[in-house]
Amino acid sequence: MSVEVRVPTILRALTGGEKVVTASGDTLEAVVADLDGSYPGMGARLLDDSGLRRFVNIYVNDEDVRFLAGLQTQIADQDSITILPAVAGG
Amino acid sequence: MAQIYYLQVLTIRADLLAAMVSHARADHPDEACGVIAGPSGSDRPERHIPMLNAARSPTFYEFDSGDLLALYRELDDKDEVPVVIYHSHTATEAYPSRTDVALAGEPDAHYVLISTRETGPEEGPFEFRSFRIADGVVTEEPVVVEGDPTH
Repeated sequence: MSVEVRVPTILRALTGGEKVVTASGDTLEAVVADLDGSYPGMGARLLDDSGLRRFVNIYVNDEDVRFLAGLQTQIADQDSITILPAVAGG
Repeated sequence: MAQIYYLQVLTIRADLLAAMVSHARADHPDEACGVIAGPSGSDRPERHIPMLNAARSPTFYEFDSGDLLALYRELDDKDEVPVVIYHSHTATEAYPSRTDVALAGEPDAHYVLISTRETGPEEGPFEFRSFRIADGVVTEEPVVVEGDPTH
């Protein structure tokens, strides 16, 4: 499955400045692994030992994956994925 | 990748400053949060977008994840960026907390902190300070206020 992934400003240092990149995978987990292969370091920015980082939001077709199946969310051809860091603090 | 270095100063219209302070007072004792958007690459804050604090907390703020996506879509469509990202502290000084530093995700933004600890929801003295937060480093910058607050 080939999908477009929109990358936030703070992660564009890893993509050579590209705002939209292409990745593949049947699940979000596979897409993240594919991204990490193409852009080393991306995986660690998105995941920690317990899964998707608490303050990273990933949307599949505009739906927060926390309301879908998280990293197990199924990805279909032409889906669009958006990564946004949470805007949060104390 | 081309990196743009801005002058380390926040230049802000007085009416936009007043709008942020009003928002902070209205939401006191919870933290208020929002964005001043401006044209991409301009470093010019122009459009106030108050956001809901999904955490509804006196010690934490977080944009709702759905609101966050809608905000960034809208900014993209208008070729704007969040020039200012602001939030209030309601019991402590207007300085980024450790959590603020750890979670700061927009290295090009001016992070504005407003403290309402002095007067709460009432008119009166307030603290308003601006910072850059990048790679875990906080750098305070001067604030230059332009124009008339009643504009």
